[in-house]
Amino acid sequence: MKAGRYGVYGGQYVPETLMSALIELEETYERIRQDPEFSRRFSWYLHEYAGRETPLTYCENLSRDLGCRVYLKREDLLHGGAHKLNNTLGQALMAKFMGKRRLIAETGAGQHGVATAIAGAVLGLPVEVYMGEVDTRRQALNVARMELLGARIIPVASGTRTLKDAINAAMRDWVENLRETHYLLGSCVGPHPFPQIVRDFQSVIGREVRRQILEREGRLPDTIVACVGGGSNAIGIFHPFLDDDVRLVGVEAGGEGLASGRHSASLTAGSVGVFQGALSYLLQDGDGQVLETHSVAAGLDHPSVGPEHAMLKDTGRVRYEAVTDAEALHAFRYLSRTEGIIPALESAHAVAYALRAADDLDKDGIIVVNLSGRGDKDVADVANLCGGAA
Amino acid sequence: MSGRLGAAFGRARAEGRAALVAFVEAGDPSLAVTGRLLPALQAAGADVIELGIPFSDPIADGPVIQRASQRALGAGATLAKVLDAAAAARGEGLSVPLVAFSYANPILAFGVAAFARRAAEAGIDGVLVTDLPPEEGEAAAATFVSSGLDPVFLLAPSSTPARIRRAARLSSGFVYLVSRPGVTGARNDLPEGLPDLVARVRAGIGRTPLAVGFGISSPEQVRAVSREADGVVVGSAIVRTMEEAVAAGRDPVPAAARLVSSLAAATRG
Repeated sequence: MKAGRYGVYGGQYVPETLMSALIELEETYERIRQDPEFSRRFSWYLHEYAGRETPLTYCENLSRDLGCRVYLKREDLLHGGAHKLNNTLGQALMAKFMGKRRLIAETGAGQHGVATAIAGAVLGLPVEVYMGEVDTRRQALNVARMELLGARIIPVASGTRTLKDAINAAMRDWVENLRETHYLLGSCVGPHPFPQIVRDFQSVIGREVRRQILEREGRLPDTIVACVGGGSNAIGIFHPFLDDDVRLVGVEAGGEGLASGRHSASLTAGSVGVFQGALSYLLQDGDGQVLETHSVAAGLDHPSVGPEHAMLKDTGRVRYEAVTDAEALHAFRYLSRTEGIIPALESAHAVAYALRAADDLDKDGIIVVNLSGRGDKDVADVANLCGGAA
Repeated sequence: MSGRLGAAFGRARAEGRAALVAFVEAGDPSLAVTGRLLPALQAAGADVIELGIPFSDPIADGPVIQRASQRALGAGATLAKVLDAAAAARGEGLSVPLVAFSYANPILAFGVAAFARRAAEAGIDGVLVTDLPPEEGEAAAATFVSSGLDPVFLLAPSSTPARIRRAARLSSGFVYLVSRPGVTGARNDLPEGLPDLVARVRAGIGRTPLAVGFGISSPEQVRAVSREADGVVVGSAIVRTMEEAVAAGRDPVPAAARLVSSLAAATRG
């Protein structure tokens, strides 16, 4: 397989003006991967600052309800409230090693923006976050958090004024300011080497799960479930298990149902296309124009997906399913009441699938759900959607 | 190399000037306007016309062309309809070389080979795909060539000598040098060190014509670039002039033609 390719997917579909930056990033990344000083500092930030390792919680009530053994990987307990910090600490530290003096990022739900703002604050790098105008209104709490952390928010008023337009705007900024700026991309999407860098930094999730479940159960799980928007938490937990006999399921946002056209399920309902630097699955019309997407979870509301997921779908190694807004909202309330854990609406998609899939497992079956983030940010939204009572 | 592109650069060279390459967004504000615009720009002195193919996510473009792209999509422009409009213009005697300037995905959705055949039939001469660097564009370039189209690749100030040679090897109509890091859009100044940059690129591309673009908007800038390069590309300034005319309730075609006419005069010194 060619570097930067996942089967036929991935690649570097960018204007020539960006190529020098991607090549610099590729070379730097190859170097720092083998740099013990980088590893030492990255490891310190993950453990002493961010709070790794995160627990793998056996959920007694959930297990009783579902009739199998259910574990949650608690990325909701990572500093910042989501898995995003694994990647932002890694990339921000890398930016320091590259001598960059400024970080830019895109954000949809605001979780990646918050995680970048945190990493920028602790590592002393100014942060500017591009965020669709629509999302700045939907996610006012995270806007306030980012500002408190010292980041500057740049509202994006072009296109659909959501995440994809924020990525477009960040890429345009990057191409003008390559010398001093690192673009801290938040998911395993975009041109090579971003999908690889993000996957590697997020794979700490799966490596910990492997160690934790072997300690606890003496064997690997039967099934691992994770939600997929761009796909970074999913690739992070799946990757260390790709060669094992473990069923892997990625759960996309089915929105109001695949038939409604209002969803974000690029793998289950999209087709192959080039978008934001990579060949992958994409929600597009017959003329190759990118479609507007929908999900109750802003972090899944994106028309494309990381290229490695595209390959894993084609090879059949990972199964991709979609759950609807309604199922996710049900899971959001269910997990809150059953286990006292309020999941992010994104992660609630994975929980919803587990509720569906547990029927296939016997009582000794083990299922691990990646709880990629906590749901405080969604409480007000859910209350609105459900007429006052979350 | 297609007859028309080679001839246009050859003629300009013989006249001791750079060719004026005018970029317009196809379908902005409507394909009917584009149909009137092409002959008007030819008459105004454009040596080559780049037809921007609208795309929902134009990452290499600044706000002016982003808005034009949105307007064109809103008015129903598609790649297929743009090619039909080009074919219709050729049917009415348009002789200026046309370069389709697109992002990869609309062409991919059309099918690369089907697009190449249809574009050639429609009288398109060259194709520039903004987000296909040489790494990703070799196969498409070969398909374009086999349909008689000239592939045009981009170069940037950061392109290494090896990349310059590679882009030139894959390009046949001309090579498009992005004069500065950044996105499309008019600026008042010219990048420092343009003559050095042009000299460095020329050393790698041999006899392939070199057009310089991004940020060039005024006759003064055109005059300056014209001394260095074989072609000078103006885009956002034309698109903005049309946008302003439409906003003021005027016909955008004569407004664009007047600007192109002054830019064409500037290539003559």
